[in-house]
Amino acid sequence: MENPSASAVLARLAGLLPASRFMKGPAQLAAYESDGLTAFHVRPIAVVVPETQEEVIKLVRFCHAEKLPFVARGSGTSLSGGSLPVHGGIVITLNRLNRITKLDPKQRIAVVEPGVINTHVTNAAAPYGLLYAPDPSSQTICTIGGNVAFNSGGAHCLKYGMTSNHVLGLKAVLATGEVVEFGGLSREQIGPDWTGLFVGNEGLFGIALEITVQLLPKPEKFHTVLAGYRTQEQAGDAVSAIVASGLLPGAIEIMDALALEAATAAVHADYPPGCEAVLIVELEGPREVVEADRIRLDAILAASNPVETRPAKDANERLLIWKGRKSAFSAVGRLSPDFIVQDGVVPRARLGEALRKIGEWSREMGLRCANVFHAGDGNLHPLILYNGTQPGQLELAEKLAGRILRMCIEMGGSITGEHGVGVEKRDYMPDMFTADELDCMKRLRAAFDPLEIANPGKMFPQAGAPALTQHGLHPLEKAGVISRE
Amino acid sequence: MTTKTEATLNPTSIGELADAVRSAPRIVVTGAGTKPRLAPTSGNFTRLCTSQLRGIVEYDPSEFTFTALAGTPVRDIVAALGEKGQNLPFDPLLVEAGATLGGTVSAGLSGPGRFRFGGLRDFILGVRFVDGTGRLLRMGGKVVKNAAGFDLPKFFVGSVGRFGALGEITFKVFPRPLTTRTLRLAAKDVTAMAEIFATAGNSRWEIDALEASPAEGQVYARLAGPGEALEVIAREVLGRLPGAVLADAEAAALWRRVGNLGWAHDGGTLIKIALTPSELPGFTVLAAGVSGARTWIGAGGNVAWLSLPDGATLPALRWPALTLRGSAPLWCGTAPRFEVMRGVKTALDPQNRFPGLDE
Ligand SMILES: Cc1cc2nc3c(=O)[nH]c(=O)nc-3n(C[C@H](O)[C@H](O)[C@H](O)COP(=O)(O)OP(=O)(O)OC[C@H]3O[C@@H](n4cnc5c(N)ncnc54)[C@H](O)[C@@H]3O)c2cc1C
Ligand SMILES: Cc1cc2nc3c(=O)[nH]c(=O)nc-3n(C[C@H](O)[C@H](O)[C@H](O)COP(=O)(O)OP(=O)(O)OC[C@H]3O[C@@H](n4cnc5c(N)ncnc54)[C@H](O)[C@@H]3O)c2cc1C
Repeated sequence: MENPSASAVLARLAGLLPASRFMKGPAQLAAYESDGLTAFHVRPIAVVVPETQEEVIKLVRFCHAEKLPFVARGSGTSLSGGSLPVHGGIVITLNRLNRITKLDPKQRIAVVEPGVINTHVTNAAAPYGLLYAPDPSSQTICTIGGNVAFNSGGAHCLKYGMTSNHVLGLKAVLATGEVVEFGGLSREQIGPDWTGLFVGNEGLFGIALEITVQLLPKPEKFHTVLAGYRTQEQAGDAVSAIVASGLLPGAIEIMDALALEAATAAVHADYPPGCEAVLIVELEGPREVVEADRIRLDAILAASNPVETRPAKDANERLLIWKGRKSAFSAVGRLSPDFIVQDGVVPRARLGEALRKIGEWSREMGLRCANVFHAGDGNLHPLILYNGTQPGQLELAEKLAGRILRMCIEMGGSITGEHGVGVEKRDYMPDMFTADELDCMKRLRAAFDPLEIANPGKMFPQAGAPALTQHGLHPLEKAGVISRE
Repeated sequence: MTTKTEATLNPTSIGELADAVRSAPRIVVTGAGTKPRLAPTSGNFTRLCTSQLRGIVEYDPSEFTFTALAGTPVRDIVAALGEKGQNLPFDPLLVEAGATLGGTVSAGLSGPGRFRFGGLRDFILGVRFVDGTGRLLRMGGKVVKNAAGFDLPKFFVGSVGRFGALGEITFKVFPRPLTTRTLRLAAKDVTAMAEIFATAGNSRWEIDALEASPAEGQVYARLAGPGEALEVIAREVLGRLPGAVLADAEAAALWRRVGNLGWAHDGGTLIKIALTPSELPGFTVLAAGVSGARTWIGAGGNVAWLSLPDGATLPALRWPALTLRGSAPLWCGTAPRFEVMRGVKTALDPQNRFPGLDE
């Protein structure tokens, strides 16, 4: 399959690093053909495994000189095709740049290389009573570099924000080969927020080499309640009442009936019977604050007409509540041969309306759709079930997914809250942004990558995009290693 | 006919803002003009004043978001949020002086509350702005969570009007805490101060603001939350760190003074410096070398303010720093410049209509 010019480039590339740092055989390359959006496969011409920042710089400068496309890769858990390789290009995997180069408990910061796994930062900080707040459900496997590129979220975004809110500075090699340092060790910044601009670039600006993150003191106490409701509207009203009360919970999540059914089957989670929706609310902070807030929360929940409320009595019960919640999507995925997980945002006040529409559409189109979502942020994650072996089902499922995304835009929301645009949603960008706005973003991209060699084909709409052929569980989900929110 | 430097454009709508930007080859945007140093008006710049571009466009408390025109005085926003029991947790500075929302974003200034949940950059969600080619563009979103497209809203924080004219800005807001308690903690020197920052910052207490006055030898710690809880926590803090709870009136006066930068000289030079708590000793030694210098420490030792009387010479600063008042260079500390920065300026403002980053 390799063309002659590719072999010539590969021969020159081979001179840069020892032979052991290249993966070239079909078997080795196969593992890198896809990311978490398993519908797409592209075989890179090589996968390079640098071990130091200098090696990454050398590789990117080589790519620049050769006009060779490259895709940075962390753990390949992107759900939008962000780390999908590009035709004729190489993959630069960053997993071996996995050193935590500084951890300062007094200043509450860590400086990490991009290949460090998200939870490893929190694990390293734990002995000092600190944590790294962003907690995507893939956190035991995804890398800080990937989190930075995607500005990843998690269950605690309303209160703590996304990855970007925790990155104080970074060092990166841009696609031009220029090495830059933005921000620093201080929590304050001077001048335009270059760090903020870099975070969320989806791998289109270059490769992050070193990232300074802030750490927070671990909350002393948690109070986690599960409340079951007869209808989704009631659960939605309870969310509105909590928000209106002036409480600021760490997490507000909702699971619908299909998600509950799946979680019950998969992890033997136990929910109040006869509920169309379950609400999970978590308070956190100093024990006295949590105790006082709890009294207010109890009163709100009592007035919200629940079938039942179940406060977690201890740390173990709290873990069980979260286990059911975090396993829900993979669990739903097991009910069906194929599924599409969507990620869209609507204004919180229109959550009920959005869910009603999704319900109507899925009934009308004869598809099952489960909803598990970050209610506090209005971040929906509808999971559309279908059977890919039945002709026309995939197209139908994609049509429903498209209707949902367009609804998000019409309601004034967003086509992605945390999974990014990648390949999957690039064709929806013109629905959210005008031609001028997309042009502005392209110009910005050109400032960082004039040759369009860093992760080309992502984020911006393309002509002739390959169609999705199948959706399913990530291989790691099948193995039970991770689950998705 | 007025000369270009005297002419002022006063758009009253977003559409007029775009027309105004297109109407002159060089434009400098000002808000309330409370900080002339950030907005050079010499040369052949036409002034574009946003003071008529005001008003809250959307505010739905249940969304935890609002959208307002860039020339809206922050004072009006604070009042509107306050009526619904909400606030901008980073305590915008100079509210009483009349600072506008656009000027506050462009200056990149956050107040004491930035300690707990982050600064202005952590609450900005979306912008509508006019780029240097006169195009009206929307970036970011209007909902609390959005990951589509590059994060230009954040980039505008601290960009001092060099990359575009902000027309409309969307922010995330939080419920205002039920009560606050302010503690005064004795810190005999800057080392003691840094120790208090570390102890308080790493504790279970969830301190809301942590500021310090080297001259007064005091750290000021604010707690926020339900009153009965704060009583207990305040007692525990004072059991570990010598100090006292401030009376409500005293605390209100203190935070007002911090918010107005009332501790600083009226004129002279005013500098904001970004540093780390471990760099505070170096900073205080440097400040002590200038007679009449006044200092303030914010955000648990992550920001230092330096105010010099008229005529004093600014010493060389080895941290990133911004001149807010006086005639020192705009970026008066370390300011690494990379090639890509010029590229981004060209991308947003190809004809150099707005002042250059270092102009
Ligand atoms: C089961 C499951 C659950 C998930 N749950 C969540 C969730 O709760 N919240 C959420 O936000 N996301 C979630 N995700 C999505 C995904 O985990 C995140 O997007 C994550 O940040 C990707 O990290 P990664 O290391 O796997 O990056 P990759 O997938 O390898 O790469 C992602 C993108 O980052 C770029 N990149 C990687 N490293 C660098 C670098 N050093 N410099 C520049 N660019 C780089 C790549 O080019 C690519 O564009 C989930 C995914 C799965 C499979
Ligand atoms: C007496 C005085 C006291 C002040 N005291 C202090 C002070 O002591 N400390 C302090 O920090 N600040 C001070 N300021 C700063 C000032 O109040 C803050 O910078 C304030 O947040 C700026 O708001 P403003 O509306 O006055 O903006 P301006 O001062 O008018 O402008 C500030 C910057 O923002 C840009 N800008 C304004 N609006 C827009 C827009 N819509 N789009 C793009 N760019 C825009 C301007 O070009 C300029 O670079 C003071 C200013 C003065 C000078």
